[in-house]
Amino acid sequence: MINWLRNPWGKPRWLKLITIVYILWSIVPVAIAILFAFNAGRSRTTWQGFSFRWFTGASGSVLHDPQYQGALKHTLILAVICVAVATPLGVALALGLQRWRGPGGGTVNTVMLLPLVTPEIVMGVALLLLFLRVFPEIGLGTPAQAIGQVTFTLSYVVVIVRGRLTSIGPEYEEAAADLGAPPHDQLFRVVLPLLIPAIIASAAVAFALSIDDFVVTQYLSGNASTTTVSMLLYASARGAPTPALNAIATVALLITLATLTLAFLVYRRFASGREAAAVAALDI
Amino acid sequence: MAFPGVAWLAIFFLVAFYAVVCVAFGNEDTLSQPVPFWNPLHWNAGYVLQVLGNYWHRGPYLTVSIRTIEFVALSIGLCLLIGYPVAYYTARHAGRWKGVVLLLLIVPFWINYLMRMLAWINLLAPNGWGTRMLHDIGIERVFIWLGLLSARGGWLDGQPSAVILAFVYGYIPFLILPLVVALDRIDQRQIDAARDLGASPFSAFVRVTLPLSKVGILAGCVLVALPMFGDYYTPDLVSASTKTSLIGNQIDEFTRQGSEKVTGAVLTLVLSAFLLLLMFYYLRTTRQATAVAEE
Repeated sequence: MINWLRNPWGKPRWLKLITIVYILWSIVPVAIAILFAFNAGRSRTTWQGFSFRWFTGASGSVLHDPQYQGALKHTLILAVICVAVATPLGVALALGLQRWRGPGGGTVNTVMLLPLVTPEIVMGVALLLLFLRVFPEIGLGTPAQAIGQVTFTLSYVVVIVRGRLTSIGPEYEEAAADLGAPPHDQLFRVVLPLLIPAIIASAAVAFALSIDDFVVTQYLSGNASTTTVSMLLYASARGAPTPALNAIATVALLITLATLTLAFLVYRRFASGREAAAVAALDI
Repeated sequence: MAFPGVAWLAIFFLVAFYAVVCVAFGNEDTLSQPVPFWNPLHWNAGYVLQVLGNYWHRGPYLTVSIRTIEFVALSIGLCLLIGYPVAYYTARHAGRWKGVVLLLLIVPFWINYLMRMLAWINLLAPNGWGTRMLHDIGIERVFIWLGLLSARGGWLDGQPSAVILAFVYGYIPFLILPLVVALDRIDQRQIDAARDLGASPFSAFVRVTLPLSKVGILAGCVLVALPMFGDYYTPDLVSASTKTSLIGNQIDEFTRQGSEKVTGAVLTLVLSAFLLLLMFYYLRTTRQATAVAEE
């Protein structure tokens, strides 16, 4: 401390200060929002004591208010569909791209990466017009929302699985082939078991992306019954809602955190730390 | 094996984007619903010309587009100002704390963007903890004096400064991580060499570290610019005023909420074309920078 007073510009001191202030700034507001989910009163700005009433109370809570309950249920349904479709589709696409012989592989690879750099509003508008004008029989609503989420989650699954495929290398598969395993066995008894950590990690990332998605889900929502937690946050944050809004956001956050932590632990169990960190950073 | 995935992307990404083009070059029916023209030979440029005319005659679309560019540029500048020191510390000075600091830098990625905005809406409400704190420590007065805030406690009633700060808060994690990676890759010996050759710490930073981190700076800027340019929810949430309406708000109003879907599709194309140019510029600069670094 005395050292710092003598030379406040001595190198990393002020860098350290900025970093600490930045980290506090990035996390404390959310921590306060979580705190207010446990407020005993109706205010989201004045602390009135601790309670679980906005989570489990008899009226107006996440558990019992039909609006909140419905949004949470719909969010989870979409996330489950998204994982169930995007994971197998993405794993197959990653394997297909890895084995792609002949022309077109580069183009497919570029198109596969495009959703990662497309602003969500462009995808939202594109899918909205697609479902209104090309597939009016699907229309807007749950199926459209699930399709939209799968479309942008797919790229993440492919990127994660391809990373793992590259780090495994072709040796195991070649060894299996040399020992006379037919292609089917090479895939199901050698490659897929080796891919399990990547599959679990990509499923978790898809789940988290689906829960946190807002733009595409909102654009493809049909009516009030297809409202998700994110949409509820957008629609009522500026209104005069109760701390139940903070409570439902907290519940969604806990689900996301639990999923990602689980995936991170599973992945680290099987793969190197660097790869696991890359997967953790991918959830954007 | 790739077929289902390729078909999925073809239909729901490529055809969907083609639908935007065909609606933009299409027409409206009597109920003002969009009628796409699928055959490029039948395309009707009327709506596109109307939008371009609006830009040419300095109409409202030009106003929101320029405002969008201003807001995004200022936000990226602030992101760099805050993010570079944080990334620099994390990559080069965090020592045994590096893992923990990195984890803390990743935490915001795991929190829903809208929840992070909700947190600030609660804090900056007229009687919120944040508003009171900013008042007590005098920042509110400084902002009013600088003309960045129009009234005491009025953070959320249509302040451009609030939207820019929300952008910074929302997107800065995307900028810091690629910067950490880029700064982490710099070989300490190159900096030591500059110092041994008589460069001051400042000069070594400006002439060695900064150029070597250029690729990371650019990558970070692109990663925050892309979502910011398409953002409509942040201004809606922290301002809800037409004074801070951005191109995303205009598109959202026309396509999702309203019935001017054709004009909305044209504006989506304008935005996409602009971002495509930005991406090309980025890829070219990165390739040049990488080529220079390898020489």
